[in-house]
Amino acid sequence: MNQVQNFTKGFIKENPILVMVLGACPTLATTSSMINGLGMGLATTFVLLGSNTVVSLMKNLIPDKVRIPAFIVVIATFVTIVDLVMNAYVPSLYESLGIFIPLIVVNCIVLGRAEAFASKNTVWSSVVDGAGMGLGFTTALGVLGAIREILGSGAIGGFKFISGDGILVFILAPGAFIALGYMIAIVKKINKA
Amino acid sequence: MDFILLIISAILVNNIVLAQFLGVCPFLGVSNKVSTAIGMSGAVTFVMVLATMVTYLIYTYVLIPLGIGFMQTIAYILVIASLVQMVEIILKKISQPLYQALGIFLPLITTNCAVLGVAILVIKKDYNLVEGIVYGAATAIGFGLALVILAGIREQLELVDVPSGMKGAPIALVTAGILALAFMGFAGLV
Repeated sequence: MNQVQNFTKGFIKENPILVMVLGACPTLATTSSMINGLGMGLATTFVLLGSNTVVSLMKNLIPDKVRIPAFIVVIATFVTIVDLVMNAYVPSLYESLGIFIPLIVVNCIVLGRAEAFASKNTVWSSVVDGAGMGLGFTTALGVLGAIREILGSGAIGGFKFISGDGILVFILAPGAFIALGYMIAIVKKINKA
Repeated sequence: MDFILLIISAILVNNIVLAQFLGVCPFLGVSNKVSTAIGMSGAVTFVMVLATMVTYLIYTYVLIPLGIGFMQTIAYILVIASLVQMVEIILKKISQPLYQALGIFLPLITTNCAVLGVAILVIKKDYNLVEGIVYGAATAIGFGLALVILAGIREQLELVDVPSGMKGAPIALVTAGILALAFMGFAGLV
C-alpha cells in the first residue's frame, strides 16, 4: 500500500467513527457545534500522531506481554500534554469539551491504531496513518457538528442565519444519536456502491 | 447533600449513557442480548464502585499531598487497568460461578470511558468519599438500566425487516436516540 492510500483510507474507507464505530463517546458528546467537534477532532489527532510515532519507535523495545499497559502510558502522556496546553491557550474550548479531553486516553481509536498499525509498521507509515485516521475523525466530527448546529440552532460556526430557535432536539442528546445513526448509514451506502 | 436526590439524578435524569455520552462503546457493543447485557452491567457496577473508591483515595492522599494533581489521567488509567486485572484474578480464585458470569466482560471494562469518567467527575464535583461511592453505584445502575432496555428492544428488532443500510450500528444508534428522548422526560424530577 502506498502512502497516499495509507493517508486517505482514514477518511471514507476505514473512517474510525463512521465505518468502525470506534470513539463514539466523544463524537456524540462534543458535536453540539461545528467548532467543538473540530476542536475535539484535532486534539485526538495530536494524541494519535504522538502515540503512533512513539509506539512505532519503541516497538522492538516493548515486551509483547506488557505492550497494552505500555501503550496506555504513552497515550496518557500525550493526553496530559494536550490537556495542559488546551487549558492554557484555548480555555473556552477546553471548558466546553470538559471531561472529554482527559477521556481521549480511553478512546478506542488511539489504542486501536497503536495495537493494529503502529506496533507493526515503520515510523513514517505510522505517522501518515495517524494523520489520516485523525483527520478522518476530525472531518467526521466537523460534518456531524455542522449538521447538528444547522438543524439545532440554525447557525454554522457560531454564525446564526435564522431568527429564533432551530429544531432544539438536535443539539440535545437524542439528536446526537439519531444524526450519527443516519450518517453511518449513508457512509455504509457510499462504501458499498 | 440529599442521597436520594443524588441517586435519582444519576440513574434517570443525568443517565451516564443517554445524557452524558459515557460508555457508548459497550452500550452499542454488548446490547444484542439481554443476558449479556445483564452480565456486563454487573461487571461494570462492581468495577465502577471499586474504582471510584480507590481513585478518590489516591487523588486525596497521594496526588494532592505530592502536588502532582496533573498526573491524574495517567494515575487513574493505571489504577483502573490494574484494578480490573486484580478483580479478574481474585474472582477466578474465590468464586468460579461469578467469574464465569462476569469474566469475559472484565477486560473490556478498562476501555469503558464511563469508569474513568465517573472517577474524574467525582473529583470535579467535589464529592466526599461516601457521596462518591453512592454516585458511582447509582451511575452504574443507570448504565445497566439503559443497557438492558436497549438490549430488550434490539432483541425484538431482530425480527423486523430493517433496510439494509440501517442494519447494525445505525439502527442501534437511532433506537438509542429515541430512548434518550424518552429519558429526557425525567428532567423535571430533580
